[in-house]
Amino acid sequence: MSTPFYVSPQQAMADRAEYARKGIARGRSLVVLQFADGIVFVGENPSRALHKFSEIYDRIGFAAAGKYNEYENLRIGGVRYADMRGYTYDRADVTARGLANVYAQTLGTIFSSAAEKPYEVELVVAEVGDTSDGDQIYRLPHDGSIVDEHGSVAVGGNAETISSYLDQRHRDGMTLAEALKLAVQSLSRDTNGSEREIPAERLEVAVLDRTRPQARKFKRIVGGELSRLLGESADASSESDDDGEDDAEK
Amino acid sequence: MDFLSDHQPEMLPGNRQLPPTQGVVEAPHGTTIVAVTFPGGVVLAGDRRATMGNVIAQRDIEKVFPADEYSAVGIAGTAGLAVEMVRLFQLELEHFEKVEGAQLSLEGKANRLSTMIRSNLGMAMQGLAVVPLFAGFDVDRGVGRIFSYDVTGGRSQELGYAATGSGSVFARSAMKKLFHDGLTESEATTLVVQALYDAADDDSATGGPDVARRIYPIVTVITEDGFRRLTDDESSEIAASILERRLQQPDGPRAALL
Repeated sequence: MSTPFYVSPQQAMADRAEYARKGIARGRSLVVLQFADGIVFVGENPSRALHKFSEIYDRIGFAAAGKYNEYENLRIGGVRYADMRGYTYDRADVTARGLANVYAQTLGTIFSSAAEKPYEVELVVAEVGDTSDGDQIYRLPHDGSIVDEHGSVAVGGNAETISSYLDQRHRDGMTLAEALKLAVQSLSRDTNGSEREIPAERLEVAVLDRTRPQARKFKRIVGGELSRLLGESADASSESDDDGEDDAEK
Repeated sequence: MDFLSDHQPEMLPGNRQLPPTQGVVEAPHGTTIVAVTFPGGVVLAGDRRATMGNVIAQRDIEKVFPADEYSAVGIAGTAGLAVEMVRLFQLELEHFEKVEGAQLSLEGKANRLSTMIRSNLGMAMQGLAVVPLFAGFDVDRGVGRIFSYDVTGGRSQELGYAATGSGSVFARSAMKKLFHDGLTESEATTLVVQALYDAADDDSATGGPDVARRIYPIVTVITEDGFRRLTDDESSEIAASILERRLQQPDGPRAALL
């Protein structure tokens, strides 16, 4: 009779984490930033049909990096959870915290169950509040932990470089155009430090805008509006270039 | 909702067991809903009265709801069931839109509502019927459309104007004489309030504009720009201008004899 190889639990978990991390790293990164009127999601996505960002509920948005079929599965689960909550109780009773908890449970169970391969996804769940103090951003790595983030967050392949870049430059009360410009700058930095240009048609941008009169605050920014915002930020950058440099030096 | 019927069927209105009852159950009923199309959109409006037998159960009930960005539903029949049905309908449209990333077609929405009404047939047989009127802007065709239903879920598209509820007979006759193809948006909103006034005139279960309590009909407009509910000021203005004319002509505007 052959005995199976002994693999220590530490080793097994490390292997699974390594597997998931590699899968996530293959995908393009995306960033989620707070700005004055809400939260903006920016990512590089050549596809018009397969979205990385989507609406979960009135004030809640979802962003995911990694394997499409896996995060799409989680997204639909999230929409179902939120809609059922809102129908059973009230629209105000659907919160990002509750949703993030459900995701954490799901991801954690899948990660530690030996029968399944771990999901190669990293999620962001964001909720826009009435003021920027009420904004909530949760990052959910592949293993089911929850990280409560403020200001800016990056997930995906190049996340560490990007988030340290963002941490240095992001400040509260940025306009949408400023935040968008910063996000695009951060995304266009490669691991080796070189920069490349990301054309507007390869960008996927969405906002949770608290100034929208409708109950549903999620909105995709596409086409003319996106190029207008990018143009605006380009103008702003040429004027305030010096200031920007100074801030970066400090 | 397919997911709900698999996982929590008790949350769907049609799946509840009814206790056996003697005679008709008394519950508040909503009354008259009217709709009119005009080039570029559709107007859906309803009075504010709910009745229970011969008693006025509520003076300021709201019976016209946005179903989503481009459609609205007005309810006549048992108010409690109807409001729940609308809530589920709104949820389904929104859920579909989020999961699929695209809105249902107007036909699709109308068909879905039809299924929901049919699932209520058991209750309808016991006197708890729900008969809504569905109006929306068809984004593909660029026109406003109206769908009416019967108690078994039978669906039919109405051209021009439609009404449902106890005062619908009178409202429809009024609209028949006032409607023409080239209405503007403001003419269409005036027309529906005229029709509701006529319904309230002859049907005791339909409420007219209540000047003393400042309760006016709910008037909603759906166009290319989406759903909009007229503010209280706007609808009170329409009601006031109609009331003023009716002080001279109690039966409303006269149509030509030939």
